[in-house]
Amino acid sequence: MNGFLELFAEYDIIGAFWMNIRLTILAAIGSFVLGTVLAVFRISPVGSLRAIGTSYVNVVRNTPLTIIMVLGVLAVWGQLKITFSSDFALNFFIYAVIALSIYHAAFVCEAIRSGVNTVPQGQAEAARAIGLSFLPAARVVVLPQALRGAITPLGNTLIALTKNTTVAAAASVAEASGLMKTMIEFNPDLMVSIFLTIAIGFCIIVIPMGLLTTWLSDKLAVAR
Amino acid sequence: MRTQATVLFDAPGPRARRNILLSNAAALVVVLVIVVLVLIQLNAQDQLAPDKWINALNANAWTNYYLPGLQFTLQASGIAVVTAMVFGLIFGFMRLAPFGPIRWIAGVVVEFFRAVPVLVMMFFLYFFFSRIVAPTGLIASADAAYYGVIVGLTVYNGAVIAELVRSGVKSLPKGQREAAAAVGMTNNQSLRLVEVPQALTAMLPSLLSQFVVIIKDSALGYLIGFYELLQYSRQLGSGYSNILQTLVVAALIFIVINFILTWFASKLAGRLSSRTGGDTAPVTSTTMGPALAVK
Repeated sequence: MNGFLELFAEYDIIGAFWMNIRLTILAAIGSFVLGTVLAVFRISPVGSLRAIGTSYVNVVRNTPLTIIMVLGVLAVWGQLKITFSSDFALNFFIYAVIALSIYHAAFVCEAIRSGVNTVPQGQAEAARAIGLSFLPAARVVVLPQALRGAITPLGNTLIALTKNTTVAAAASVAEASGLMKTMIEFNPDLMVSIFLTIAIGFCIIVIPMGLLTTWLSDKLAVAR
Repeated sequence: MRTQATVLFDAPGPRARRNILLSNAAALVVVLVIVVLVLIQLNAQDQLAPDKWINALNANAWTNYYLPGLQFTLQASGIAVVTAMVFGLIFGFMRLAPFGPIRWIAGVVVEFFRAVPVLVMMFFLYFFFSRIVAPTGLIASADAAYYGVIVGLTVYNGAVIAELVRSGVKSLPKGQREAAAAVGMTNNQSLRLVEVPQALTAMLPSLLSQFVVIIKDSALGYLIGFYELLQYSRQLGSGYSNILQTLVVAALIFIVINFILTWFASKLAGRLSSRTGGDTAPVTSTTMGPALAVK
């Protein structure tokens, strides 16, 4: 037990989780922006934009995140020599954020699109019938309902993103799963308690996010 | 006939059609510019050199690297699909049990495995198999990563499937259960003979989507030293200093396999909808609890 408590003094467990949270926040912003643009592409009446959105989603959704991360670090940084910062750690952190954003943008796009698809055609027709033109119809009638419909899939994407920040270990970012690996390597006899510490840490972060998503989507559900 | 895809846009008139044409042209130009910029950048770093691509695509690359790698990827994923199904069915049944404590225990186990990142699970299992199981002689220590990947994929995806079973049964019309009760079936018989079989039919498309998730997550094995497609591609790439090319090929292999599976899943969802009282929509996020859709 003593050895276990010393681990907390020796390793910065909270700091590692803080790294996961920072990755989550930045990649959530990045993937939300990119995903929204892609969703607009996919529901636009312009054929070529739809094609771009669809190909992006199909390609990225079917690629393992690990490959995207490794491609970033070994190929784009290692071979193409694209550097974001002279500080090594910061450079890899930025790479991790970009890889996470690229990957989850595909899921954000699908979440928003599925939200738009929950709005019945009649809503738009009714909006036009009372004389609303495109922008007011979108702003007042369609999008508010679409966003509420998108809450559950968006919440699920955010949860998956939070867990996937561990893959940043492939870019040698100092986050919780990598720290766990180091801790077990040096204290194999405490393997189970180390694992449980990190695992419960993720439970504490992830489970409330799930409850919040369910609560929000129930509370904001559109009655039809 | 409406031609557009979504609720937001009305059928285009002459002016809208002209604008669409212009936007198409603009998008084409932007895409071309991006492609050219990427090619220039690739060329500047000498990544378009023919031998780099040839070495990433020749017979040696396929027979000695991609195909053996793919074999291990599919082998581990295939085994994990089966074991995850078994795990999922057992815990799905437990979560529907009439006896409270069984439901709660299953609930805690399922929620725990869904909340813990697969990579954390794999790191732990790798050490568990290499430091605790291997010394007993039960498995070769070289196989620790292999078992770590399979068990890690099993518990996470098994927990997801358990949720699928539960939500599949819950989404069945109430009449199914009532009819089973009316012909004198016990609670257990109703679950086993009426509800779960229908839920399983309804789940088939989502199971296929889960297979895609498993194949993608098997690439995490790379981080614990499991020799799968990504690991082999990286090895090939370091050997011929064409890592960019080999990783692109590996990514394309993953994309093609997963794309076919995804496509098949959506076809299947359409065909099966008449065979169950439940929902066969390619289940992603909306029909089940949180934390399931992605990964």
